Amino acid sequence: MSLILPLLAAVPLLGAIAAVLAPRAGKGIGLGVAIVLLAALAVLVGGLNTPVVLPLGGWEPPLGIALRVDGLAAAFLGLAAVVMTGVLIAAPYRGAGREAAAFWPLALLLWGALNAIFLSRDLFNLYVGLELLTLAAVALAALSGSAGALAAAIRYMVFALMGSLLFLLGVALTYAAHGALDLAALPGRNPQPTDALAAGLMTAGLLVKTALFPFHAWLAPAHSGAPAPASAMLSALVPKASFYILLRLWFEALPDLGRPGFLWLMGALGTAAILYGGVMALRQARLKLVIAYSTVAQIGYLFLVFPLAGGGGAAQPWAAGAWTGVVFHALAHGLAKAAMFLCAGLWLAAAGNDRIEALRGAARATPMAVFAFALAAISLMGLPPSGGFTAKYLMVTSAFAAGAPYWALGPLLGGLLAAAYLYRPIAAAFAPVEPELRPVPRGQQAVPLALALGAIVLGLASAPPFDLLQIGRPEAAARGVE
Amino acid sequence: MTALLPLLILMTSAVPAVITFFLAEDSHRLRNTLNLAGAVLKLALIVFMLREVAAGTVYETRLNFAPGLYLLLRADALSLLFLTLSAFLWLLTTVYAIAYFEKEHDLSRFFGFFSLCVAATTGIALSGTLISFFIFYELLTLSTWPLVVHKQDDKSLAAGRSYLSYALPGSAVLLIAIIWLESATGPLEFAMPHPLGGLEEASLRAIFALFILGLGVKAALVPLHGWLPGAMAAPAPVSALLHAVAVVKAGAFGIVRVIYDVFGIGLVAQLGVGLPLAMLASVTIIWGSIRALQQTEVKKRLAFSTVSQVSYIILGAALAGPYAVIGGLVHLVHQGLMKITLFFCAGIYQERAGITRIEDLGGIGPRMPWTSVAFSLGAMGMIGLPPMAGFITKLYLGIGAIEAGAPWVVAVLAGSTLLNAAYFLPLLYRIWFLPGNEDLPVAPAPGLVVPAAVTAAAALGAGLFAGAAMSPLGWATLIVTREYMP
Repeated sequence: MSLILPLLAAVPLLGAIAAVLAPRAGKGIGLGVAIVLLAALAVLVGGLNTPVVLPLGGWEPPLGIALRVDGLAAAFLGLAAVVMTGVLIAAPYRGAGREAAAFWPLALLLWGALNAIFLSRDLFNLYVGLELLTLAAVALAALSGSAGALAAAIRYMVFALMGSLLFLLGVALTYAAHGALDLAALPGRNPQPTDALAAGLMTAGLLVKTALFPFHAWLAPAHSGAPAPASAMLSALVPKASFYILLRLWFEALPDLGRPGFLWLMGALGTAAILYGGVMALRQARLKLVIAYSTVAQIGYLFLVFPLAGGGGAAQPWAAGAWTGVVFHALAHGLAKAAMFLCAGLWLAAAGNDRIEALRGAARATPMAVFAFALAAISLMGLPPSGGFTAKYLMVTSAFAAGAPYWALGPLLGGLLAAAYLYRPIAAAFAPVEPELRPVPRGQQAVPLALALGAIVLGLASAPPFDLLQIGRPEAAARGVE
Repeated sequence: MTALLPLLILMTSAVPAVITFFLAEDSHRLRNTLNLAGAVLKLALIVFMLREVAAGTVYETRLNFAPGLYLLLRADALSLLFLTLSAFLWLLTTVYAIAYFEKEHDLSRFFGFFSLCVAATTGIALSGTLISFFIFYELLTLSTWPLVVHKQDDKSLAAGRSYLSYALPGSAVLLIAIIWLESATGPLEFAMPHPLGGLEEASLRAIFALFILGLGVKAALVPLHGWLPGAMAAPAPVSALLHAVAVVKAGAFGIVRVIYDVFGIGLVAQLGVGLPLAMLASVTIIWGSIRALQQTEVKKRLAFSTVSQVSYIILGAALAGPYAVIGGLVHLVHQGLMKITLFFCAGIYQERAGITRIEDLGGIGPRMPWTSVAFSLGAMGMIGLPPMAGFITKLYLGIGAIEAGAPWVVAVLAGSTLLNAAYFLPLLYRIWFLPGNEDLPVAPAPGLVVPAAVTAAAALGAGLFAGAAMSPLGWATLIVTREYMP
């Protein structure tokens, strides 16, 4: 079974090359890759009881490098597969035009980079994956070629390169101090005075790439300026990859470096992101900007894992509630956000612009898309039954059990803010006018609906993913970073 | 079977809801059959269950979400009180709604959310844990919004916005209360006796206050009632459902659960939080009545009357003497029967005669006799005239208040009765004794009148045959003697 692992990264990359060579067959290649990867993941996740490890070339770490799939990796691989499949089905690019010729290779390259990150156990490999991901993501943000999109993409690139540089510096310092880059080798290292600096540099780089407040400035223009299928990938998946590395770094490689001040700072920035992103989303007149600022807010939730992990009373029948909850949040947000951007893309095409007023009457013209958007909104607000609710429940319970109920403020207020900013497009869709939207085929509305239903099902059937995440769960997830 | 029945009952509303969403707009016959069949099947299952639960059977369905986060559906006597009411009234409201809308547009959406709303209410009744309760409580919030804004005009959209801006913060507060409590105790089941010793008294008081705040929004406790009168912009079947079973009752039912199955009356008495709650309920009763008196529109007056009447349930629960509790619980049913009658009739007046203002009611009685008789019975019940159901409520609440050592409550009840009479009798006078417009149309469709007549008859019967074992009063007595005061 371990032989599936390299395939997960290699198949999309080969697909990307094939799509460059045969631009007209881009969609066929993309869907072929999706089928292969979904099947491979079904086999992998179905049989996953303990982490699967594959030392490349037969060399065990620290000499060689290894690929590894535990519950966390499987969950993110699965998220990427589901979202990418939806995006590739929905993407309207055909023929050999400039955009079509660029979209398919870039999308598949992005997928390959994501999977490489999720599989890697080695800081340098993670860096390479991150660079590849940035490359594809920046190009996708610039895909439309309009002046606004190009400016946003350039800004994105400047931030992303700065982030990469910081991360690489941290990696280099670590290697210089310990001669090891394997995540599993670092906990047993001989502590060096440069460790804190190295961890700080890597963390800062990843924060920039994850767009945590106040490093979020690049996110909204880049995500809202890209074509909708690209926005769906950029918002649902790309920041999750750098956050995933943060989880690996702090919960597996260097948990001993955690200090109360650092954990508190992460939680405070996360809470600030939730509030700032929510308020900004409330003030936007364009739907795609609302959705993009919502991502700024939703990313904030993820950082509550730092102060909350390890908080848990004896009364709870689970361990690692906050850690699991945060991963649930990442998964639910990925599905819901992809659904929202795809809806926004449909409405943009149907109305000619993406102003919220343009949605008036959409409930009658595109009922399935409005329903999909509303379901996704339920998950983003953290209302039951949805993956977002399971996540919020686990996080808030951990906050109270840890005796730090103020960390519950962000998720609770964030839910209300989300209700407020998502109410506007939904209410507009219900406005009493004859819709001026061009008709949208039901088949196109079905893709976002399926993704949004995924976010709901994640809450309705949260036991299997919960159990999956416990496979190979790092010890620090239950004990906390300290 | 005992493990499946609660789930099955939930499915009788949830499955028609999901199917209805996908039905074509003009498949009226299929949609109506589906919804009516679901309602009848549900009522049949519940009647079967009533007999079994009376004999002592307990029904439980458990669905796991995550460790400690599970959905527990459990039918105890209190569940069934609410469940039977909602199933009975849903069937009648479905009949009414089919006749009310005839062949308007967007009906698949309407009936889909309508059934979903009832599924949520069913879930609330059957919830066996706080988290299960919360999940269905939120589902109720969400499924009611499309019903409130169904007409899609500016007024109903504003009502929908106001509804959500009360309901969602209320739910957030409720979630805080639940999680704060459960962070110290673990998941709480309503059926288990659970000591809440892990928390200090001050924290417990704060949690209790948060519970009341969160649930009080839906129960329309003053000053959290602002959304309710605006929600009248909804179509008549929705108002009927909202005021009689779905939303306000969910809040009141939740408060009963919190007092008796989460804290327990012993702890409530020890914390000294019962009396403030009873006083808040009393203020709501009087304030709602005064506001009702000031209204000039029929539905607005009825809406403020709901604010007042629902707090009888909370008053009874907060007083905690056996008679008071019985009076509060039985009012859950009585108020539902009487208020839905009034709203059915108000809807008929509005839709078939164009009457929305009280001053236009003159002479409608002789022109629409069946409707007006039903309306009059409902109004007399609200005032508490014997032998209507409302009289039984007030009698039990009064005895219970004296028994619980709170004689001031009798003054509240007397004042409220006077106010009820003051705002209902002028309506009855206009309906029956003033001359009216001869051009008014007559003979509304039987689908509208029959449900109103049936609920009016039920409100009368609940009073006349209150002594029977399976009357609402008999069942409320069973709940109290079996579960709360053994």
